[in-house]
Amino acid sequence: MTIELLIGAIKAIVIVVLVLGLTTMMLWFERKGSALIQDRIGANRADIFGIGKRLGLPNFGFINTVLADPIKMFTKEDFVPDGADRALHALAPFLALFPVIITFAVAPMGDILRVGRYNIDLQPANLNVAALYVLATIGIGVYGIALGGWASNNRWAMLGAIRASAQMISYEIAMGLAIIAVVVTYGTLDLQAMCRIQGGVWFGWLPRWGILLQPVSFVMLLIAGMAESKRVPFDLPEGESELVAGYFTEYSGGKQAVFMMTDFAEVLLVAVLITTFFFGGWQVPWLYRDGFHFPGGAHLLMPNLIVALLEFVAFWVKVVIFSCFQILIRWTLPRLRYDQLMRLGWKGLVPLGLINLVVTAFVVVVAGDK
Amino acid sequence: MTMPPLVFAFLAALAIIASLGVILQRNPVHCVLSFALALTDIGVLFMGLGAVTVGFLQIVVYVGAIMILFLFVIWLLNIQADALKPRGNLGIKFAGAIGAAALAAELFVTFSSYPRMREIRTMPPDFGSIASVARMLFSDYLVAFEVTSLLLLAAIVGAIALARTTTGAASPALPVTVGGDAPAGAPVDAASSSIASGSPAREHA
Amino acid sequence: MTPISYFMALSAILFAIGVAGVMIRRNVIVMFLSIELMLNAVNLAFVALGRRMGSMDGQVIVFFVITVAAAEAAVGLALIVAVFRNRETVNADELNLLRW
Repeated sequence: MTIELLIGAIKAIVIVVLVLGLTTMMLWFERKGSALIQDRIGANRADIFGIGKRLGLPNFGFINTVLADPIKMFTKEDFVPDGADRALHALAPFLALFPVIITFAVAPMGDILRVGRYNIDLQPANLNVAALYVLATIGIGVYGIALGGWASNNRWAMLGAIRASAQMISYEIAMGLAIIAVVVTYGTLDLQAMCRIQGGVWFGWLPRWGILLQPVSFVMLLIAGMAESKRVPFDLPEGESELVAGYFTEYSGGKQAVFMMTDFAEVLLVAVLITTFFFGGWQVPWLYRDGFHFPGGAHLLMPNLIVALLEFVAFWVKVVIFSCFQILIRWTLPRLRYDQLMRLGWKGLVPLGLINLVVTAFVVVVAGDK
Repeated sequence: MTMPPLVFAFLAALAIIASLGVILQRNPVHCVLSFALALTDIGVLFMGLGAVTVGFLQIVVYVGAIMILFLFVIWLLNIQADALKPRGNLGIKFAGAIGAAALAAELFVTFSSYPRMREIRTMPPDFGSIASVARMLFSDYLVAFEVTSLLLLAAIVGAIALARTTTGAASPALPVTVGGDAPAGAPVDAASSSIASGSPAREHA
Repeated sequence: MTPISYFMALSAILFAIGVAGVMIRRNVIVMFLSIELMLNAVNLAFVALGRRMGSMDGQVIVFFVITVAAAEAAVGLALIVAVFRNRETVNADELNLLRW
């Protein structure tokens, strides 16, 4: 009993540390990546007592993002505007971050890891209604943004909050339709079970990943997920050329940092969902529980520990790839207009999702038990 | 079988406090927030009773969508906190409070002393799972399910028809000036204005 | 393990709080919220009794109640918006045109 609790606690700590660490990495990638895309140099000055310079190391602006920026953020004055709802103003950033972080509890990081006589499921919380749980936490995520804007007693913030909540509710429907189509395809709500179903191969060599079954859902989930995380081209709630900074106009210091973290954690979350639903989660092509079985008949047997480690690494590599992909999109596309945003959501994605769902259901019924 | 008593006590206390927050706070936004908390709490209680699917649906639909709709309307209409001084008929309010307390006592007594029912100790293994809910929905309750879809369609159309403004100049714009230059004055005044602004809408419809 | 009657008692209390909210508040939106609270109290009773009898019907009915509540919220809020456009108030005492 105690050991099980300990294992659960370790899994929880691992996922939280990984998510927060990767969030910071994403921030760094965004800064340097955007600089690369725009032919700038980007952050390249911060150094610790000039050690790096003296050693002749190239400065990738890493210290800037990991150390200098957070220290600056959290030591700045925490300004609360006059007439603001102080309690809600303080609560809102955490109300935004919390649902995103707890969603990672169902991220399937790997298959079974055997340690001694314990079979450790590498999913932090094995929920058999995980897809519903994801929808629920994403739904709650609107509150932090909406209240942050409202509690600031600022019109830009208010407008940003209203835009954000309208946008998020609209795209939640598209996202829900995409997820439901995936659920119908796999016949389960359990993310871990979805990953297991995606094991194996077709035609002897093609990994059975969900992208081949549900390409439409993939595109929908990517678009809706980016809209949920309010990234360019869907960043109207914080469009700086129109609304100063949107819902977090009146935030400074640590609270603003929390809002920023929420943004990047949401990017990671969308990447986790895409990886799990469409790219096999922790599946490595041709890797089975006892090792590699390459097409053509070659074997490479491996102990469980290495297999589990490979799966764990594969999962996070996929997540990082899709996060970087989103950041790439962000710095490539211009912002939509609000009516275009709503048209894309309601007249584009929702009908598409409904058609996709009907076709999926039809195929599943006709094909019977796969 | 259900949930540990300590967990229940915590959730129940939270539900009661949040519900009291709904009816006692002056700012409607705070009321909506309290209610969202109460709904989440009730959703968790559902899960504790084994109704996992319904519990999550409660959070997805109620907390994630309906409550946001409330917030939206409050912000759209720019409704401010109620005045500190209570208005209206105090007698009715007292009667209401006492009546509600009496009702609570009565329901409490009735519910906690209802005749012993045969208690099922062994639940079916998929009790409350999404598959079992869906099986009921599409067999025993199929007609109700289809009627519900019609109801939702009617609600969508009705909501749009009620809330849309006609594009003509006669339609009053959304009140940017709340309590400013257009006070809700005498009934006669308001009645005439409502008729005046109501008629073009009827012509268009 | 908590007996089902505790859940029923909680449901009764929540329902009464909802009734009190409708009676003592004059803000239409808060009254609406109180009605939703009553709906939820009843939902809790449904689920608890369904659990007690080992039947899924309670949960399915809650599913329907949630759906109907969504429809009700959409139409009700649209009504409030329409009324506010004409009368610029959400105070139930000031919406007295039909009072004789």
